[in-house]
Amino acid sequence: MAGELKTFVPAPDRAPPNNALGPIVWIRQNLFGSLSSSAATLIFLYLFVSYVPPFIEWALINANWTGLDRSVCEANKAGACWTFINVRMEQILFGLYFASNPDEIWRPTLIFVLFFALLLPLLFEKTPGKKWLTIALLGVFPLVFYFVVYGGYFGIPQSNTTQWGGFLLTFALAFVGILLALPIGILLALGRRSEMPVIRSICVVYIEFWRGTPLITILFMASVMLPLFFPAGVEFDKVVRAMIGITMFQSAYTAEAVRGGLSAIPKGQYEAAMALGLGYWKRTIFIILPQALKISIPSIVNTFIALFKDTSLVSIIGLLDLLNMAQTAARSVEWKGYDIEGYLFAGFIYWAFCYGMSRYSQNLERKLDTNRRN
Amino acid sequence: MTERTRIPLHRDPKVRAIVFQLAALFFVVYGIYSLFETTVENLVSRGIQTGTGFFDEVAPFQIGFSPFLDFNLGQSTYLDVFFVGIQNTILVAVLGIVAATILGFIVGVIRLSPNWLASKVALAYIEIFRNVPLLLQIMFWNFAIFLPSLPAPKNSIELGVFYLNARGFHTPTPIIEDSTGFTIWMALLAVLVAGLVVFARRAKTRFEETGQRLPVFWISVGVLAAGGYVLYLIAGSPLGFDVPVLGRFNFKGGGQLPLPLFSLWFALTIYTAAFIAENVRAGIQSVSHGQTEASHALGLSRKDTVRLVTIPQALRVIIPPTISQYLNLTKNSSLAVAVGFEELVAVWAGITLNQTGQALVIIGMTVAVYECLSLLTSMILNWYNKRIQLTER
Repeated sequence: MAGELKTFVPAPDRAPPNNALGPIVWIRQNLFGSLSSSAATLIFLYLFVSYVPPFIEWALINANWTGLDRSVCEANKAGACWTFINVRMEQILFGLYFASNPDEIWRPTLIFVLFFALLLPLLFEKTPGKKWLTIALLGVFPLVFYFVVYGGYFGIPQSNTTQWGGFLLTFALAFVGILLALPIGILLALGRRSEMPVIRSICVVYIEFWRGTPLITILFMASVMLPLFFPAGVEFDKVVRAMIGITMFQSAYTAEAVRGGLSAIPKGQYEAAMALGLGYWKRTIFIILPQALKISIPSIVNTFIALFKDTSLVSIIGLLDLLNMAQTAARSVEWKGYDIEGYLFAGFIYWAFCYGMSRYSQNLERKLDTNRRN
Repeated sequence: MTERTRIPLHRDPKVRAIVFQLAALFFVVYGIYSLFETTVENLVSRGIQTGTGFFDEVAPFQIGFSPFLDFNLGQSTYLDVFFVGIQNTILVAVLGIVAATILGFIVGVIRLSPNWLASKVALAYIEIFRNVPLLLQIMFWNFAIFLPSLPAPKNSIELGVFYLNARGFHTPTPIIEDSTGFTIWMALLAVLVAGLVVFARRAKTRFEETGQRLPVFWISVGVLAAGGYVLYLIAGSPLGFDVPVLGRFNFKGGGQLPLPLFSLWFALTIYTAAFIAENVRAGIQSVSHGQTEASHALGLSRKDTVRLVTIPQALRVIIPPTISQYLNLTKNSSLAVAVGFEELVAVWAGITLNQTGQALVIIGMTVAVYECLSLLTSMILNWYNKRIQLTER
């Protein structure tokens, strides 16, 4: 044999030139790339330094956290008065009924724990038994909510819906709106794409009517006009009226989101299903909707976000939701003048939920997008 | 071999479609009819006379802010209230749309800037403001920030002839003192504008023939500003100004933008701009990099590339969702009811409804106004979409 077999060993990569790496280069490129960029950096740095540290100092470092009344905050005015939120926490989260009946606090607490226990596993892709979790969340959870929060059965005292409030009410309104609007919205979207002109017109008029009106007008309508529409003797309380208005409104938006998904399904899918001899409903339920709903999840989630924010409008018709509860608490005699803290706290809760949902929807969109390009 | 069997009626798709639609139609019509029936019954049993009779009754309340229409307590009727409400809705919508568009474009462009810090600041702005309910933002600015921090009228913040206090923003208003002079000034201005239009056409022809370009826009702005002022002096300064003067409790004279209008406008602008900024970002990113490169290869400067290649293509993507945002802003202006700005929902569906109890008529008219605005918006959108559609082959 002629010598050993020589293997090719590539020389190690040469290090990049000094002027392409390192934090200083990064700063030079990303913060001082040009004259205008440098100016922008300096302006934004100045604004940042003059607003953010004082805010953090006020909101966190100098803030008052403990104590039971306003004397603590009066003594230290340099910081935020989170004492107020701390003292009124139960009221802001669960409303007046549960805040004034400490023995009943377990009911909303249980509901929220249950909700997150069901929801969080659903957010991960690889959770087993997602189907059952979804059924539990959409089918069983609302019943549990009714029996536990509304009560009246199994020895649980009935709570008064006029005293529902705080985050619990916001949650209930949003959840009912989302849950009921989904099937109605799907039917409307199918109707809008139907080949039957009468059905199509009915759906178009319905959808455009609710989409053209501001929610606040719909809530006024629900609270003032709804009692007129039903025969004497049929009465709804205020919360149910708001729920009806919100559901009508939300179903129109859900329908438009689903319609987007439906129109993205290629025609071949319909034709293949027809060639297999499937009738309209079998075709729709087994072939079209599973694909269309998957595509439209991001836009449906976006309508959820909009609804979650919009539930705050019920405070205008006098319901004590999260926003109104925080405001009412900040205007009570004991805590007058701490509006900023109240609004910031309520705003933070809304923000956390909406931001979470929007990140989730963006992730999903990215995932679905790559799937479609394969 | 086999003879063609007739399709049984209940399996014929055409027959089924007709029956199904008739059933749906019957269901809807019957539903509306029975709703109407119960409503009339309920109204009769409660002794409410529904009608438009109250339109001509004198409204027993004052509307403080009505910049274009006259409103006098004791003379103006409920119908006037309706029109003042529409006027104020449109006013705040227009102000908000202008400001939100400008702010939204700025934030959207900053979001895409190569400067890391600037881009992150824009991102933080977008993510904070679009994920908090608008109503909360309106109340926050009005009740927690502006109202406590602005001074009483006595200690107003002075900005020349403008005054800012907790009641609002006071400005001088122009008054026509010499109406012939004013007409002359307007006529001279019209001549000036016509001259500028001719100039712009000439400049365009010259550009097409020789390739030399004049800065038409800046020349026009300069000529209009300087010429307008000179012509104003020539016409004999026909305008006077009604300057606000501090009275015992509040300012008298001049115009006033009430604080609720300012808070509402501020919150609507900041909220809607966050959404517009996202539209702008998506639009600019939708223009493929190949377009920019091709334009550079053709020898266009950076500025011309942005102006002639990127922006026209980006606008195609930006404008449709932005028009929907304009409609949203208009609908959202109804949240003014929370801070007491006197727009349609507040004065009409709020105060007038409480005073007269005419729920059916009042809510119906309110809804009709918004439906008209929404139809108008979708007509504009459809027209625009048809116009910009790429004609392929």
